[in-house]
Amino acid sequence: MICVSSIDNRLSIERSEPGRRGLKIKNPLRGKACLKPELRRKDRPKLPELSEFDVIRHFTRLSRLNFSVDTHFYPLGSCTMKYNPRFNEEAAALEGFANLHPLAHDDCSQGTLELLHDLGSRLNELLGLDAITLQPAAGAHSEFTGLLTAKAYFESRKEERSEIIVPDSAHGTNPATASMMGFSTVNLASRPDGRLDLENLKKHLGPKTAVLMMTVPNTLGIFETQIEEICRAAHEAGALVYMDGANLNALIGMVKPGELGIDMMHLNFHKTFSTPHGGGGPGAGAIVCSKALAPFLPVPTVRKEGGRFVSDFGDGRSIGKVKSFFGNTGVLVRAYAYMLAHSAKEFGEIARCAIINANYVRSLLKDLYPSYSKEYCMHECVLTPGPDLAAKGLKTLDIAKGLLDRGFHAPTVYFPLIVHEAIMIEPTETESKETLDAFAAAMKEIHALGVSDPQALKDSPHTMPVKRLDEVLAARQPNLRW
Amino acid sequence: MYVPHTEKDKEEMLKAIGASSFEELVKQVPSRFLWPKFDLPQESLDESQAAARLSELSKKNCRPLSFLGAGAYERYSPAAVKAITSRTEFLTAYTPYQPEASQGTLQTIYEFQSTVCALYGMDCANASMYDGASSFAEAVRATVRVTGRKKIVYAAGVHPQYMDTLRTYFAHSPEYAYVKVPMKDGVMDKAALPALLEGAACLAVQTPNFLGLIEDLDGVADAARKAGALLVAAADPVSLGVLKTPGEYGADFAVGEGQSLGLPLAYGGPYLGLFSCKKEHVRQMPGRICGMTKDKDGKRGFVLTLQAREQHIRRDKAASNICSNEALCALAATVYTALLGPEGMRELAEANMGAAAHAAERLSAIKGCSLKFKGPFFNEFVLSVPGSAAAMREKALGQGVDIGLPLAPLYPELGETLLVCATEARTEADIARLEKAVKEAI
Repeated sequence: MICVSSIDNRLSIERSEPGRRGLKIKNPLRGKACLKPELRRKDRPKLPELSEFDVIRHFTRLSRLNFSVDTHFYPLGSCTMKYNPRFNEEAAALEGFANLHPLAHDDCSQGTLELLHDLGSRLNELLGLDAITLQPAAGAHSEFTGLLTAKAYFESRKEERSEIIVPDSAHGTNPATASMMGFSTVNLASRPDGRLDLENLKKHLGPKTAVLMMTVPNTLGIFETQIEEICRAAHEAGALVYMDGANLNALIGMVKPGELGIDMMHLNFHKTFSTPHGGGGPGAGAIVCSKALAPFLPVPTVRKEGGRFVSDFGDGRSIGKVKSFFGNTGVLVRAYAYMLAHSAKEFGEIARCAIINANYVRSLLKDLYPSYSKEYCMHECVLTPGPDLAAKGLKTLDIAKGLLDRGFHAPTVYFPLIVHEAIMIEPTETESKETLDAFAAAMKEIHALGVSDPQALKDSPHTMPVKRLDEVLAARQPNLRW
Repeated sequence: MYVPHTEKDKEEMLKAIGASSFEELVKQVPSRFLWPKFDLPQESLDESQAAARLSELSKKNCRPLSFLGAGAYERYSPAAVKAITSRTEFLTAYTPYQPEASQGTLQTIYEFQSTVCALYGMDCANASMYDGASSFAEAVRATVRVTGRKKIVYAAGVHPQYMDTLRTYFAHSPEYAYVKVPMKDGVMDKAALPALLEGAACLAVQTPNFLGLIEDLDGVADAARKAGALLVAAADPVSLGVLKTPGEYGADFAVGEGQSLGLPLAYGGPYLGLFSCKKEHVRQMPGRICGMTKDKDGKRGFVLTLQAREQHIRRDKAASNICSNEALCALAATVYTALLGPEGMRELAEANMGAAAHAAERLSAIKGCSLKFKGPFFNEFVLSVPGSAAAMREKALGQGVDIGLPLAPLYPELGETLLVCATEARTEADIARLEKAVKEAI
């Protein structure tokens, strides 16, 4: 990967030289500062003393230790690691957007308010729903916002509903959010084909059920064929249906989720709408919902009044704020740039190619890595290591590490929890056939190595900056800072 | 559109799959749902057209000389910060699930955690939260988990949006009681504390507080401890270049808004939630935590650790539901503080104090204007003005100056006042323009 002198292989604090300086602040007004000694900190903060060049070299070196979408195929299932267009970055950096203070007067924010309004209206249409909030900072934060909205809705109807139904294939954030909100979680076992069990669901639905949370397509990459009946059953019990939108890339421009009968869903702009993941954020989220739920969404929202855009603080029924200020607007500008670059038909092409890519990988690997589901998948497939590797005592983790040695980021592993040794592959629409062929070839090579020399695979990765790391040591004797 | 597939690619791939058409792949979707009509523009824009549209929108935002603060601060962002955060190896990576292929992100998080600890004087920190408000709310939630109590005592000077977010995090549930410690001369009335703290999970304070004033927090942690409560302190990280740290006055949890550390204003986000605590609460921290460890050969390396607290393991028993956080913003803050070092952080804090002191001196000399409070402040202050502050602000905006935030909607008891902020980005000439704008707006 890279060859560096060991002198550079240090923490920034270990490179520190007393008295060395990088950035200086010379504003002469500094001389006017005056502070009583008892309000001052005693010690200087333990920060590195470096030149600007030291800092650049340090972090440039660190950047080169990473796999990333730009440098490596990154088929993390459920994460939609598609290409992040450079144009989006340029849009967000425009001075008028980047330097706008969140408490700026509405007269000074007309451009951003118009952008948010247009983004919201287009999303409502694309998803077939009526109202939207762009305030949540991420997917899990959206789930939280959605359940709060549902809670406020039921309170307004004087209904006491305390349960959230979550299928066992759901993302961990679903039950975590439910319990964070004081709901109890009802875990629903999936059918053998990974779908929701309608009859079993009906047994659990009742006057206590607030919300059914479901991922569409589900985390096995399978569409819920009975979704209309599922939504109807939930509605007959007086409950709402929440769609986890993590897998929206499978449906975008091809299906309007609102037409399936759901009441609300969330978006992850850092998945479907191509904003970069940044090593784990920032993302941005949204809750898109039906008219009935709209009054309860967080405030402010943006409203058009004549030719002007204003912050709307609602009629008092809103759940309030879930984040200071407006939301991750910088990320939303990127999503809007992406929106402008696609017609509805082109969004449909995204879903089409994402689905073709996932099925293509699945078919190339079907003999060596059996798919959990026997039918075609949507935008991602869940494979398993297969009997040959299992016989050699090899695990999914070994395959993941073997991929790193071959220049591919590993898929999502050990998720969904209902599949033993799961390997969850989401290629996304932006990868070409050649890349997928090369990935499949690497998977085949790993299989061959596992059969001929299992220890070599167990010892992988061999070519990364570090070998397998001792996670037990990290947890038993936490070393979390310098 | 950014799809590489040619028609030939698609045909070949479908053939390899063994499907006669794409429709066969999506047979699981009832056909009546497929390919609906969309009332959206028929044509997308090409890049130059999209650039023109975005540029037009960005110019509809006017750019006054601004003295707004109130939790988000206009600062100069150094070129080196932007150069590093636009390295696509950082920008386009995801959460470091495969540590061997993510040592760059992981070591950065470790250095970020160390930086937060150094600034706040605390034992440990996490990999970041969404923003200052969500860090604050999660810290208070942690004190509720630790103490099993549901009474939250907070200083009147805590950012109103932090309190709003906290109430939302507790879903406005009536089980929780919020007790406000009254203000005296713009800061918390410490004499009122003992009577209020009984049975409390925590005392939550902010310094500099929302009004810009520095709270004297000596003895406050002891008062909380006597009542069995914990201390949650929110502090602007830039102020900690000079001010006493939460660690020094005994906070159990210390949080802050990291936007101050080199991030653009961006109309409210993405920002950076800083979260730190004492060692004994480490397992109460929400979100990702990175730890140093060794690889098989004994070489130093970094991994995400203490994951037993997290949603993907614990599901409904998790400490928080947080998953994505603000890693790229944390990188920006880590680079920014490394560029400044301890001396630079002191210079930065002093430049903020000096600029605000100068602005306060000039504005309070205007007839009819005065400083509302006498106490020491950091980089913003409350100015009493003659007549409507909101009307003055609108008038001055016409002259291209945003003179500050009218406080009447948030703190009616303060009368007609403006919260005026000056950071190191404001020069003497800027402040002369502010002075002129305020005079003309009266």
